[in-house]
Amino acid sequence: MSLWVWILLALAAIALGGWLFRYAGQRITANRPYFRDMPYGVAFGYVFAGAAVLGGIWLYFQDGAVFFRWAVHGLLGFAAAAWVFRTLGRTVGTDRTRKFFRSMPLTASFGLLIILIYAVLAIFAPLIAPYGQEEVFQQVNALPGGDPAAGGNPDHLLGTDQIGRDLLSRLIYGAQNTVGIAFATTCLAFFLGGSFGFLAATLGGWLDQVLSRTVDVLMAIPSLIFALLLMTIASAWAGTQSWQLTFYMIVIIAVIDSTRVFRLSRAVGANIVVMDYIEAAKLRGEGLRYLIFREILPNAYAPLLAEFGLRFCFVFLTIASLSFLGVGIQPPLADWGTMVRDLAQFINFAAFSPLAAALPLMAAGAIALLTVAVNFVVDWMLQKSSGLKE
Amino acid sequence: MHPVLKIVIQRLLLGLLTLLVVSIVIFLAVNALPGDFAQAILGQSATPEAVAAIRRDLGLDQPAVTRYFSWLADMLTGDLGVSFAQANFASFVGTSAESGSGPVTVLQQITPRFQNTMFLAGVTAIIAVPVSLTLGILAALYRNSAFDRGVNIFALSSVSSPEFFLAYILILFLAVLNPVLPSLSNIFSDMGLGERLRATLLPALTLTLVVTAQMMRMTRAAIINLLASPYIEMARLKGISPTRVIVTHALPNALAPIITVIALNLAYLITGVVVVEVVFVYPGIGQLFVDSVKIRDIPVVQACCLIFASAYILLNLLADVLSILSNPRLRHPK
Repeated sequence: MSLWVWILLALAAIALGGWLFRYAGQRITANRPYFRDMPYGVAFGYVFAGAAVLGGIWLYFQDGAVFFRWAVHGLLGFAAAAWVFRTLGRTVGTDRTRKFFRSMPLTASFGLLIILIYAVLAIFAPLIAPYGQEEVFQQVNALPGGDPAAGGNPDHLLGTDQIGRDLLSRLIYGAQNTVGIAFATTCLAFFLGGSFGFLAATLGGWLDQVLSRTVDVLMAIPSLIFALLLMTIASAWAGTQSWQLTFYMIVIIAVIDSTRVFRLSRAVGANIVVMDYIEAAKLRGEGLRYLIFREILPNAYAPLLAEFGLRFCFVFLTIASLSFLGVGIQPPLADWGTMVRDLAQFINFAAFSPLAAALPLMAAGAIALLTVAVNFVVDWMLQKSSGLKE
Repeated sequence: MHPVLKIVIQRLLLGLLTLLVVSIVIFLAVNALPGDFAQAILGQSATPEAVAAIRRDLGLDQPAVTRYFSWLADMLTGDLGVSFAQANFASFVGTSAESGSGPVTVLQQITPRFQNTMFLAGVTAIIAVPVSLTLGILAALYRNSAFDRGVNIFALSSVSSPEFFLAYILILFLAVLNPVLPSLSNIFSDMGLGERLRATLLPALTLTLVVTAQMMRMTRAAIINLLASPYIEMARLKGISPTRVIVTHALPNALAPIITVIALNLAYLITGVVVVEVVFVYPGIGQLFVDSVKIRDIPVVQACCLIFASAYILLNLLADVLSILSNPRLRHPK
């Protein structure tokens, strides 16, 4: 219970500090309007933030706070990298790219940088990874760190898993498999949802009704649950080949997610179809293909692109969750969701070997980092395209 | 009839219709399995006579439409069938698992787990709703300040992280490094409320992190949307403090979208618990569902699916109805 007493005492001290801070500010600056009109909440916020920063610095120098130090290093490192990347973008390149970087907040440039890194990792995984993803070595369960005295192996920086595969290589190949499969699924979902959505918007009538009502029903079932139900059935259909189940998963998730894409593209398309230039094109006698690809698609580009980013995040998280639950991407393909599940036990050794405990977090963090990055970029794009300042 | 009542009844009927269609989809999906129940129960080496016997027993020789309606009638009366795993178990041992009352039915399996899941969702809602409302109002009050940006970044990060990442981080800090809370949620039926809360707190915190972000962002957006309207301007010109402008003038009118997003997030809670329950080995319905999916225990999968879908549809319906009811223009028509 003493913990609660301490927390209450600290809060009371901060509350008092807020009042003192405002009072001191009023005295020292001879009642400047900023301090004179400062609401108590703002003063409290300043002191609270100050206390949090001081507490963080104190924690940073504690011996036991290994993970906190890593988190701080990671955060500062990423912030610095994002800043350098943005500065680079602002000074190097043509006028247009420089203009692109000029209005960019730090979060968006962080997101872009991460997406670029992941793309490079995914495309060049076989060149970057030290070993193959299915290569099995002699030493099983080597601990990370590469120190033989501590149960590691200098050949395997992050150690090996329970059947002796190099974890660093599998982590890198995970970028190729997890991100690649998620990307392919999103593209398929967009192809299905987008084309049906635009068709429904341009043709209207009974086709629109049938498609829309079907989508309504499919969307009434929560997507993860529906995916799990269909995966049960797919696993009964799939043969012994593991890629078959992965293929079924791509199709299932693409179909489930295409319902959301359908909704959006139909709504966007319906807004565009009533425009005068569509009327003009119809009167010119243009065909359906011309209408969809040359008139509607270019005008629906911005919302669809943002939706693509968000949809990719959802698909990526769904696939990772399915793999984590054991019904997604099948071994021997390396993927992050399965790695988290397999390595989760290590987290209990955090007090003895922080690096080993960080292994499942690395795989899970790799997933989180990409989705956060995509979300940051999409958030910025939406703000830019909507032109909202507030 | 009062127009609001009419709309509400319309929505209710629509919801029921959706539920009916969803049950058809689930039934069809299960019927798309290769072979049928009889073969699935008996396995590869079954004799044709045995398959035929079971088929007759389960009524599988009837046409699909008849089977669907009898299945639906069973579901409505609470008879969810017998799980394959439990049925096999009972027949192997020779006795049933419950003393003398036949094999464990799906209903008996699901009921305690459903209660556990509802408990988890309830605890999460009790923590998450006030926290997200407060944070959302504060972010709207101090918009574009460092606080607002910090909360926004935090919300975006936590909403886009996978549940298991947040769960393992919480386990690392609150269960392994500082053993404050148990990392595995052992829930028994005869547990005291205090113990139960303690065991539920970590999964509830994880879920809170997931749902708070969206509720908070929506609260903030709903309030900020209103701030440009003339009556808020008027309130400001009267010289009311910013807090009062937001709490007594903006908040009541922003209630409809906020209620909707809360109900939607509760719907997400009931379905999104699957991963969190697996991480914490929480004995809820989500874990039962995943286990049944892995061993292809069709009756359980079907029943869980139907329960999840109806909870989801009902909460969506609730969101719909509440947002209608919170609109004064609809409540008091001219």
